[in-house]
Amino acid sequence: MSSGVPPYVRLANEIAAQFAHRAPAEAATAIANHLRVTWDPRMKSALIEYARSGGPDLAPAAAQAAHHLQAGS
Amino acid sequence: MTLLKEPDFGTPARPGAATVELTVDGVAVRVPPGTSVLRAAKEAGVDVPKLCATDNLEAFGSCRLCVVEIDGVRGTPASCTTPVAAGMVVRTQNERLGKLRRGVMELYISDHPLDCLTCSANGDCELQDMAGVTGLREVRYGSGVDAGANHLDLPTDSSNPYFDFEASKCIACSRCVRACDEVQGTLALTIEGRGFDSKVAAGAGGSFFDSDCVSCGACVQACPTATLQEKSVVELGMPTRTVLTTCAYCGVGCSFKAELRGDELVRMVPYKNGGANEGHSCVKGRFAFGYASHPDRVLEPMVRDKISDPWRTVSWPEAISFTARRLREIQAAHGQGSIGAITSSRTTNEEVYAVQKLVRAVFGNNNVDTCARVCHSPTGYGLKQTFGESAGTQDFRSVDESDVILVIGSNPTDAHPVFGSRMKQRIRQGAKLIVIDPRRIDLVRTPHVEAAYHLELRPGTNVAIVNALAHVVVTEGLVDREFVASRCEDFEAWETFIAQPEHSPEAVADICGVPADKIRAAARLYATGGNAAIYYGLGVTEHSQGSTMVMGMANLAMATGNIGRPGVGVNPMRGQNNVQGSCDMGSFPHELPGYRHVSNDDVREIYEQLWGTPILNEPGLRIPNMFDAAIDGSFKALFVQGEDIAQSDPNTQHVFAALGALELLVVQDLFVNETAKFAHVLLPGTSFLEKDGTFTNAERRINRVRPIMAPRTGKQEWEIICEIAQAMGYPMQYESAARIMDEIALTTPTFTGVSFDRLDELGSIQWPCDVDHPEGTPIMHSAEFTRGKGRFMETVYVPTSERSTRKFPLILTTGRILSQYNVGAQTRRTANVAWHSEDVLELHPHDAEVRGVTDGDLIALSSRVGRTELRAKISDRMPVGVCYTTFHHPVSGANVVTTDNSDWATNCPEYKVTAVQVDLVPTSVAAVPEVVVAGGK
Repeated sequence: MSSGVPPYVRLANEIAAQFAHRAPAEAATAIANHLRVTWDPRMKSALIEYARSGGPDLAPAAAQAAHHLQAGS
Repeated sequence: MTLLKEPDFGTPARPGAATVELTVDGVAVRVPPGTSVLRAAKEAGVDVPKLCATDNLEAFGSCRLCVVEIDGVRGTPASCTTPVAAGMVVRTQNERLGKLRRGVMELYISDHPLDCLTCSANGDCELQDMAGVTGLREVRYGSGVDAGANHLDLPTDSSNPYFDFEASKCIACSRCVRACDEVQGTLALTIEGRGFDSKVAAGAGGSFFDSDCVSCGACVQACPTATLQEKSVVELGMPTRTVLTTCAYCGVGCSFKAELRGDELVRMVPYKNGGANEGHSCVKGRFAFGYASHPDRVLEPMVRDKISDPWRTVSWPEAISFTARRLREIQAAHGQGSIGAITSSRTTNEEVYAVQKLVRAVFGNNNVDTCARVCHSPTGYGLKQTFGESAGTQDFRSVDESDVILVIGSNPTDAHPVFGSRMKQRIRQGAKLIVIDPRRIDLVRTPHVEAAYHLELRPGTNVAIVNALAHVVVTEGLVDREFVASRCEDFEAWETFIAQPEHSPEAVADICGVPADKIRAAARLYATGGNAAIYYGLGVTEHSQGSTMVMGMANLAMATGNIGRPGVGVNPMRGQNNVQGSCDMGSFPHELPGYRHVSNDDVREIYEQLWGTPILNEPGLRIPNMFDAAIDGSFKALFVQGEDIAQSDPNTQHVFAALGALELLVVQDLFVNETAKFAHVLLPGTSFLEKDGTFTNAERRINRVRPIMAPRTGKQEWEIICEIAQAMGYPMQYESAARIMDEIALTTPTFTGVSFDRLDELGSIQWPCDVDHPEGTPIMHSAEFTRGKGRFMETVYVPTSERSTRKFPLILTTGRILSQYNVGAQTRRTANVAWHSEDVLELHPHDAEVRGVTDGDLIALSSRVGRTELRAKISDRMPVGVCYTTFHHPVSGANVVTTDNSDWATNCPEYKVTAVQVDLVPTSVAAVPEVVVAGGK
């Protein structure tokens, strides 16, 4: 549904919800791995940029995953 | 190929080794115990006359033509009902037997209209054949109207759109009645009356159309006379040649004999040796082929600069050059990644392979996705994670050895009817059935079939219930410890996870709406009932947790040891004919053919060497991402191969906005579909009757699709792709579809042993087919999983964000109906519309009553994203609070109301859970849904 949140943010948050039961660091790594394997570069870049600029609607684990992507870790 | 008459052995084959030796007319023959003398004779090369016997039905022993003499046996027993015995000496022909048979034939002929020269079955009539074989020369009782009492004035029932029942020609052999029972399992036909008054009747004696008949055609195929005959044969005459090919409807992948006169298709007859269907068919594959010659077919390319312009019919060179030029211009202006393609599960493997190659080698990106994105992408993801292979584990035949059949989110009798019939037969033999579905689908209770448990869960709660089933298995000591220890990994962590109280049936009962004791009982049956098999469909995958649910089912199967042998497994029921193949061919944006990730240097190198061009090592855009990128302006051109995304994809307004934003939309299709209304180029496609290639069905079976006529457009679809590639500056060329398959085999490990020659030789091949499995692999993961150890995955239940509220209190789910297929592009252009001329909304009587809705009323269906109108159908097979519709008709366009929610792992849309409201539309309001007007570019 259109909620004003960019699609890549909504998708990242949905992935993050699936890993919410894990420890934060572990969840962030799992999310980043999933994004790395399945997402187009422009979506990854957009997510990284969104997280870097504060990312108000991004779940914490998804934001951490974006940092992993940026760092290449 | 000439007219292919399959040998009929009279009675079914019996399993086991051929250990019983007997002599038939002096010829020694060895057959398995339980074989009939009739079949043994055929195997010895001796044809015994017969009328009521045929080898896809159990012996009936009514016609008395197959009588034989057996040493030591009194009289002349019917060879069809007499089992063989060791040392038996049989004589099938002598003066006495000949006289008996002629006597029988005299009786039949005395009550038969002798209009052979003008009869529609002339040349294909077993009664005619037997008159010849038995040497009948006179009929002492008279014949036709000269005879005594007869049935010659019985009326013909022409109510079925596809076949007639000419009762005056019926010999009451019961083959049609038995086929409806033993092959189809519908029991729509019966013998009414006794003795001379015996006659075939549909249901309670009404018309065929008004009966329970599902028009599968088994009765027509079984009929030895012209009594049940295809209308097409009545109108056109007998075919003169046969081409063996594969149905282009659902994922069962039935083999058919296309029977023709010249290039005119007369009928499609299911092929007895077809690996998937073994001689059975459904109403779509058997009869609904008329769309291929429908006047709506587009046969010449068309282009236009803006979608508000009228179409211009152009030559192929102009269409190709226009397409190639615009694609390159857009890339030059907006970047290499600004264009992409969507492949179709309705096209062949070779056509899909060509398109993904076009994208990777010519477009220079990985922006290729397939329509499987919106149906079974969670299957690919979930089974790859757990088992290591993105495919179902069993062949269809495997269900014959299942003791427990668990059907989740699948409606086989409507969506996969040929396999549904097979499943019903197994249940009638004693297998136990568990159905997990909000709706009371036909399988729950149908003649001689009744589910042991029907778990009527709330839409969106699949993961909660599969976790609860696994919780019972783990906490009640039902785990197959030996299997898990030797074959799997990560079990301990999963066991701890799934044993948590939050996964207990008692904890999830309120979430799912299913009583805890029912969940427990179903879990115990699955775990302890013998061979247990899971069959699932889009009711599993099309959720925001579709991938999680697939992994949950894999966990359940592994925990109970139900993997790796006949009768068990995890089996996705694929919706379209080539869903498996389109995925196999590398049309996911992150995977090259054979499900190998684009980041894998070794794999990319194979293609880079062969194709002579670099391949991007990053995934491309998925279909929903393409739409989002089109709207945000970074994606400008799309090539759509044979899919109607404007009708099939969720949230229609969003799709329309995306398509309307494109600078170039190229559609390759048979018709001007809803998507083509936004297109700048329409490249006419080929129907399955014109295609040369292969389809891969739900059991990984690669079947040949053979052209029965030249492409009506003048080109195969893969040729058009090659020409676009060439016009874009890349030398892509193949001599034939067979050479494309050769390239697939050369580059894809699971297809190593596949070629057109090998397929012609073996009939079909289930991949993996390689040096270790030269004839394919019917059952996967037998000794070890593809990934080595099967991996248990934690499957957390995360509820969908789509919730019912006071404003939208009902949950809508969508699905299919027997007579229509997908977006209806094909079936709406056939007589199948007689059964389902419009989509309707099914809802429970209570939900209807509180809204003042009665059956047939026009209602408004609205969700948070859209609104449409359609007719109501009141049905107590719906639970309270849930409504259901199909998406076969663009007029109602069910996807106007479905949301953007999608599976977290794959973006497969959540078609199955939409919060909606239903309101009665006052009769004074026009029943025309709102039309969203596309913007022009």
